[in-house]
This record gives sequence, structure tokens and C-alpha cells, in this order.
Amino acid sequence: MKEKRAQDPNDPVLPAVEERELVYGGLEAGLGEVFEVPIGPIHPALKEPIRLTFKVRGERIVGVQVRTGFAHRGIEFMGMRQGRNLIQILYLSERICGICSISHPIAFTQAVERAAGIEVPPRAQYIRVIISELERIHSHLLWAGVAAHELGFDTLLHLTWRVREKVLDILEELTGNRINYAIPIFGGVRRDITPDQYPKVREALRYYRGLLNELLDAFLRDPTVEARTRGVGILEPKEAEELCAVGPTARASGLRKDVRQDRPYLAYPDFEVKAITPEDYGLTPMGDVYDKIVVRLLEVGQSIEIIEKALDNMPDGEITSFPKIPALLAHLKKAEGEGLGWHEAPRGEVIHYVRLVSGEESPLVWKVKAPTYSNLMSWYPMFEDQEVADIPIIAACIDPCICCMDRVYLVRDGKEEILTKEELLRLSWEKTRRMAR
Amino acid sequence: MGLSAFKRALWVFHVATGSCNGCDIEIVAALTPRYDVERFGIRLVGTPRHADVLLVTGPVTRMMAERLKRIYEQTPDPKAVVVVGGCGSTSGVFYESYNVVGPVDRIIPVDVYVPGCPPRPEAIIDGVVKAVAKLEKLGAKV
Repeated sequence: MKEKRAQDPNDPVLPAVEERELVYGGLEAGLGEVFEVPIGPIHPALKEPIRLTFKVRGERIVGVQVRTGFAHRGIEFMGMRQGRNLIQILYLSERICGICSISHPIAFTQAVERAAGIEVPPRAQYIRVIISELERIHSHLLWAGVAAHELGFDTLLHLTWRVREKVLDILEELTGNRINYAIPIFGGVRRDITPDQYPKVREALRYYRGLLNELLDAFLRDPTVEARTRGVGILEPKEAEELCAVGPTARASGLRKDVRQDRPYLAYPDFEVKAITPEDYGLTPMGDVYDKIVVRLLEVGQSIEIIEKALDNMPDGEITSFPKIPALLAHLKKAEGEGLGWHEAPRGEVIHYVRLVSGEESPLVWKVKAPTYSNLMSWYPMFEDQEVADIPIIAACIDPCICCMDRVYLVRDGKEEILTKEELLRLSWEKTRRMAR
Repeated sequence: MGLSAFKRALWVFHVATGSCNGCDIEIVAALTPRYDVERFGIRLVGTPRHADVLLVTGPVTRMMAERLKRIYEQTPDPKAVVVVGGCGSTSGVFYESYNVVGPVDRIIPVDVYVPGCPPRPEAIIDGVVKAVAKLEKLGAKV
């Protein structure tokens, strides 16, 4: 039947090359064609809703489109619509993100304090630093576990999440909750660290200090992890700079960029934080996933040092300049002006802008910039020319926090053309013809 | 109810409908060694078609409402829905948002509410165990 059809002059004969590709490619169509692989918004790899549409040629990714907005809750709008006072908005700011649940309140309180001219007592600044560094330990361990899971290395996931429980216990001891600590308030903090809590925190820090080398070994000396992460998802330093990557994503590419170093705030000038890059571990920064693991694990060690130093040098005194909430609210209602607050969250820089007007309880303007918002663009160079199987780890390597940033709609077409309806039809016809033969 | 109620392994699918990640990481914490529900056969699965229980977090944003409904329909019967967190149960702090159409029980029928912001892993496990009771009852009817 095949021979009979091939003799028909009206029926085009497919070239022999394409036949061969058909066999070796293992796909219905030839290797040269680009397919779209939609992932999300609900998918098992990332817990949060985001839609990634990959264009793949065979196993290689040639383009990606990111569609966000599934977790958009209109938080800034709720803060600005004159229904809530600033303390209620503080609780709202905490629920921007459950993992960086002290980063947003710290940036927000700083912005409001600058706008309203409120001083923060030194002890309160130290407590804020301690809690935010504890949060960094918990967040980086969480990420390390998720990264191990994306590689299919579930033993390591369970190991890191087991040791992570210790820092959650300490956070619960200090603040009253495992997640969403509600520690900063305008002019200070809500809870003091009592003398009997010091040894508990120190004990946890000793635990992590002893564990850190073990963790570094488990991740960085493991041949499986190295094989799956070395040279995968590379972000060149130049690209990181051009795309304004922040946090560990930028630092893994060798950029010494850290808000705690560049614009010290709260008590951070006392600790002289230096941005960590893979160079500190004796590696040349490549900007791949491996380097991101290095940076995040080293930052756990850095956080331990900062907390120890903070506990040693903790100043005495008040923990808030406004012990009475009605007085604080009255002061905030009279305040007028604008303020900017920033913080180095585990994922990068968080910036809050607030404009207060006298006589109003809520701010006139509240603008939030979350770290994932800056880091999302670095997905594009990272995904280019990678394998489909590497999608989960590359997607996870910027530590995306969709709930923080969900407000934008990004589209960038790769170098490939989008298949038009006519082309799709043509493909369909060709397939029918092949099958009929 | 005791462990005898676990007649079979319970598979759970987790849907995040615009949550802040707080409940989501507590759900994962419940699976990892400190709480370790996998020893009872409770495990997260990658598709709703394999699931007995839906764990829903988040206040349900406008874009997720339709998808949540679709996931509910894809889950085979008998099924139980557990809402984890304050914002899924009552909308919580997001009650006046223009983009929130929840709480979850406005979109799909809910069997168990686990309040808290976020609820502790113990509370989540308790919620899933309560869902087991419902599944047992449904199973007896069939």
C-alpha cells in the first residue's frame, strides 16, 4: 500500500531524513520542531500556583513564558483603602509571605518609623536582628530540603527538615508561633528575650554550628547532587547584574550584593555583615545551582555568627518607645511624610514605601517590592538550553516565593516563532498523511 | 478514634489557592521526620486523580476559583476536603480584597476546617484524621 501511495504524483513524499528523525526522536514528529509544555498553575513540583509554558525542541528548552497572578490577593490595595489602621496593616504585611514572615514587617515598620519619625530603642533593634537571622536559618534549610526533593534525593529532604525543626522551636519559644512571629511593632518589638531564653538560643546555635559541616558535606561532596547541579541553570554575573537579581541568586553569580552590607539598617552596622559568594568557600563563582546551594548554606553559618554576636552584646533598656498602643495610634494618625524601609530577606532585598497623611489612619500609598519580583527575570537565561528534567531544580533555585510577588504578567517570546493556527493545521495534515501511508 | 480506623493508606493532594506559604510549609513539615505522617500511610500525591483527601490552603483568588472547582471534580469519590488555615476557613485578613472570592466553602463543599495562621502540624494531622472518619462513613454507604 505504501508503494502504491508513493507513486501518486499528487502526494508529496516526505524526505528520508525526516523518516529517520521520526524513528530516533521517539516523538510523533521530527526533532526540529518546537513543542510547548505547559506546567501549572497547580503542579507537584512547586507548591505555589504559577504557570510556566516551556518551548522545547526534543529534550532542550528553547524558551519559557511565565504567567503569574494566581496568588494575587491585593494586599497593597487593602492597606490603602482607608479601612484599617497601621497596626492592622502590619498584620496584613506579615501575611504577604509565610516564609519571610518577619522580613516584610521589618521593612514595613522601618518605612512607617521613618515617615512618622519614631525612634527604635537599641534593644528592640537587636531583637529584630536576632529573629530575622533565625528566620534566615529556617528559610535556607527549608530551601535546601526542597532543592534536595526536586533532585529526587528525598533522604536529604527529610534530614534537612528534621534539623530545621530546632530553629522553629526556638522561634516559637521567643515569639509564640512557629511561623508568622508578629514581633516588630512600630517603635520596637512586641516581646523581649528573657534571660532564661538566652541559653536555649545558644544551645540551638551550637547544634547548628556542629551540624553545618555535616550539611555542607552532605550537599556539596555528594556526587549525585554535584552531577545534577554543576553547570545547570547558569546565571552569568553580567546577566545577574542586568536583570537586577538580588539575594543569594545574585551572590551565587559572584556579585557582592547584600542590603545588610550596602545599606546597613537596624543594628546591622554593629555586625559588619559581608556578602557571601562561592569565593568564600574557595570556588570560582559559576552562577549555577551548585553555587546557590553553597551560598545559602554558608549564609546559615553567617547567621549563626550574627546571632551569637547579638546575644553577647545585647544592650539593656526598653523594647519599645511606645508601650501604650493608643498613644502609638494617636501619634501615627498625626504623622505626615514618606518613608522607605528595606531588609535583606532570605531571598533578597525587600523594600516597602509608605506615605502617611495627617488625619488618616491608613497610609495614602503603600508599595511593596518583594525579592522574587526581582529574581523572576533571571529564570529566562537560566532555563535557556537546559533539559526538561532540570526544570524543577532550576525553578526552585531562585527560591521563588510566588505569594510575595504576585502582581505582574510577564511574557517574553524566545527566539523561536510561536506556532500559528495555520502552522498547527499544517502539522496536523502532515501527521495524518504520514499515518495514512 | 484510634489507629484501627486507618483501613487503608490515605493519599492527600495539596492545593494552594493563593495562600501565603505559611500553611503550605506546615503541611510539608507534617510529612517530615518530626511529625512523620507517612508512617500511617498518609502521603502527598502529585495529582488529584490519585487523592482521597484534598488539603486546600489560601483564601481562593479569582484566578484559582475555577481551577479549584476543576480539581475537586477530578478527585474520585469518596473524597474529603480539609481547609487548612484561617484565610481558607473565613477569608481571614483578606476578607475585603477585590481579588479574593473565597472562603473555600463558597467554591466547593468542605468537610473539615483547621483554623490557625498557620495551624500547627499537629492540628493539620488532626484535621486529616477527622477527614478519615468521613471517608469511612462514605465507604460504609457504598
